[in-house]
Amino acid sequence: MLIKSLEELNKVKQQASEKVKIRQHRDAVQTNKNILVCGGTGCLASDSDKVAKNLEVILKARGLSDRIQVIRTGCFGFCEQGPIVKIEPDNVFYVRVGPKDAKDIVDVHLIKGSQVERLLYEDPQKKEKVHNQEDMTFYRKQLRVALRNCGLINPEDITEYIALDGYQALGKALTQMSPTGVIDVIKRSGLRGRGGGGFPTGLKWEITGKQENSQKYIICNADEGDPGAFMDRSILEGDPHSVIEAMAIGAYAIGAHMGIVYIRAEYPLAIARLTNALQQARDTGLLGKDIFGTGFSFDVKLKYGAGAFVCGEETALINSCEGKRGEPNYKPPYPAEEGYWGFPTCVNNVETFANIPVIMNRGADWFASMGTGKSKGTKVFALAGKINNVGLVEVPMGITLREIIFDIGGGIPHGRKFKAVQTGGPSGGVITEENLDTPIDYDGLLKIGTMMGSGGMIVMDEDDNMVNIAKFYLEFTMDEACGRCGPGRIGTKRLYEMLCKITSGEATMADLDAIKQLAYMVKDSALCGLCQTAPNPVISTMKYFWHEYLNFVQKEDHPHQEGKYASKNKTGVKS
Amino acid sequence: MKPAGEEFPKEKYDELNVFIESLETTKGALIEILHRAQHIFGYLPRDVQLYIARKLGIPGAEVFGVVSFYSYFSTKPGGKHTISVCMGTACFVRGADKILQEFREKLGIQTNETTEDGLFTLKDVRCIGACGLAPVVMVDGKVYGRVKAGDIDGILNSYRTKEVQHADKVPGGVK
Repeated sequence: MLIKSLEELNKVKQQASEKVKIRQHRDAVQTNKNILVCGGTGCLASDSDKVAKNLEVILKARGLSDRIQVIRTGCFGFCEQGPIVKIEPDNVFYVRVGPKDAKDIVDVHLIKGSQVERLLYEDPQKKEKVHNQEDMTFYRKQLRVALRNCGLINPEDITEYIALDGYQALGKALTQMSPTGVIDVIKRSGLRGRGGGGFPTGLKWEITGKQENSQKYIICNADEGDPGAFMDRSILEGDPHSVIEAMAIGAYAIGAHMGIVYIRAEYPLAIARLTNALQQARDTGLLGKDIFGTGFSFDVKLKYGAGAFVCGEETALINSCEGKRGEPNYKPPYPAEEGYWGFPTCVNNVETFANIPVIMNRGADWFASMGTGKSKGTKVFALAGKINNVGLVEVPMGITLREIIFDIGGGIPHGRKFKAVQTGGPSGGVITEENLDTPIDYDGLLKIGTMMGSGGMIVMDEDDNMVNIAKFYLEFTMDEACGRCGPGRIGTKRLYEMLCKITSGEATMADLDAIKQLAYMVKDSALCGLCQTAPNPVISTMKYFWHEYLNFVQKEDHPHQEGKYASKNKTGVKS
Repeated sequence: MKPAGEEFPKEKYDELNVFIESLETTKGALIEILHRAQHIFGYLPRDVQLYIARKLGIPGAEVFGVVSFYSYFSTKPGGKHTISVCMGTACFVRGADKILQEFREKLGIQTNETTEDGLFTLKDVRCIGACGLAPVVMVDGKVYGRVKAGDIDGILNSYRTKEVQHADKVPGGVK
């Protein structure tokens, strides 16, 4: 199968649409059924592959294999309730399915036609069983754009992606649009970098496009380093073609012919799915020479990371792609001017790319209609920590944190009280009860002392000590600081040591003053984003939870202490 | 002069050599080669690093500089089973630090060390992405979710029993 024009693509689309029709048009009378089994890392860890295998064996034994297919999809997002199995077109959503439940799904649901009650999700408030995904509070406020195909298609089958408008955007861009036309659409859409920085994507493409150089590169940053974040991994596992298609569109727009996906070696499943998808795209002529018969050539290769958080910074990432230590460079020159081996290079994040094809298909105005003034579209968050519904959520920009945590996330487990939520991972800060109604967008979060980040969102309850949390993050950044600049190398270590001194009860008020000063010093003087933002957890917890720092210091019986009031007056620390 | 260390069979070097020769260019391929070498040898001892340096015509220090920079590369041999305790934030707030401490005490080793019998290496890793199952422990490829301190003996013993069953077969090959 070789696709050389939009007509040929549409022919493949038509044929393949039969396969996914069952999952789209539920009203049609169907004797055929699809069993969608989540094949994301989270569900696989709780044996979803065994569930799928058992289903296949039992279906075969009952002679149903020809009309009921088991499809292994990407992540559904509701990781807390995994493994997830969904029956289409019946629209029944089963949760926490074990390998032993396969028999009942086949015999009770598929043969008898009733639902397996015990596997249905129970609404924690109403205590009612819910079978319809759309009726679950977890899904009701979500809007899936970047995750549109995750949990819907088989990521290992390119035709299923094509059936859902896949590669249409690339075809249109190559055959009907100029590179500047493509850039114009992305610029008008208002899409900003989803890796954390929030730089306008269209502008980045435009700057790289304007460089006069015959050799340029486009790089996909899949080095998801924030511990507790798994958005990019889920997209690559669940919908790898959306990223490949977007890279090809970007390459056309900026004039590149080679792309690189820089991916963590710790993501074996994402690597496997991506490798498979790249091969399928090459086999169908959607990558390689003369794509869509336009003479445009583009291919993608993979480069593996080797466990370094700093490699998420684009200049460090480029150094690592070149096989070197992943240390950042001084900017300027920016990668758009001098990047991979000195050539103009555009680096975008996985989630940013996943938005591109759908923007091209549905238009810049459609995308810009979602979100807030300067933050358009949606954002994917990995919701985790002390929260009932751990999982991957995609919400329109402008939604409040309260809605995410209490409506989608279902609140705090065991009746505990909400204390804080950390966004932006080790680079971000905490948000407390008083700011929960802040609409989520790039600028709004900066205003309250944290940042959007790549999408990690960790919820903490009253049992968590915030000084310990700050220490945890500093231990991380201290380990991960690359050593290139002094403030990063020494500053993060001293900050960590001071936090240890505080939590061990040996600190004085003078230490609290010193740590504050040092935090700002590192923030102002470090070379790259990693260490400029590394003190944020300290600064932010000191701002909102000063009393917890004081609790460690003001222990009357402490031998090292000169007396709390005396030291407070001497150093002039304000709370 | 031959440095003290493990001797590897020539076949392993040959396998690495074939991989390096198969590359279109070695320019920028050092990390890729190190990944492959670690896959072949299990870790990256000094001899292997020097072999790669000579093969690529670059200083040994440059190879070591890259190896020591990335946490994925190891210069020490690991135990037969690698226990990775996830220390991502989601696992941390759900008590992963206590789980890690428990493993340290039960095994009598620190993080990144190997037990004397060569059976277990203990590691802390940053997020394996199964946050819904936090706290998570991974032994080799197998993921254990919602781990409690009380589960640890059971996990360790299941691997120890396997050892007893396989006792008559070839030992782990770790010094």
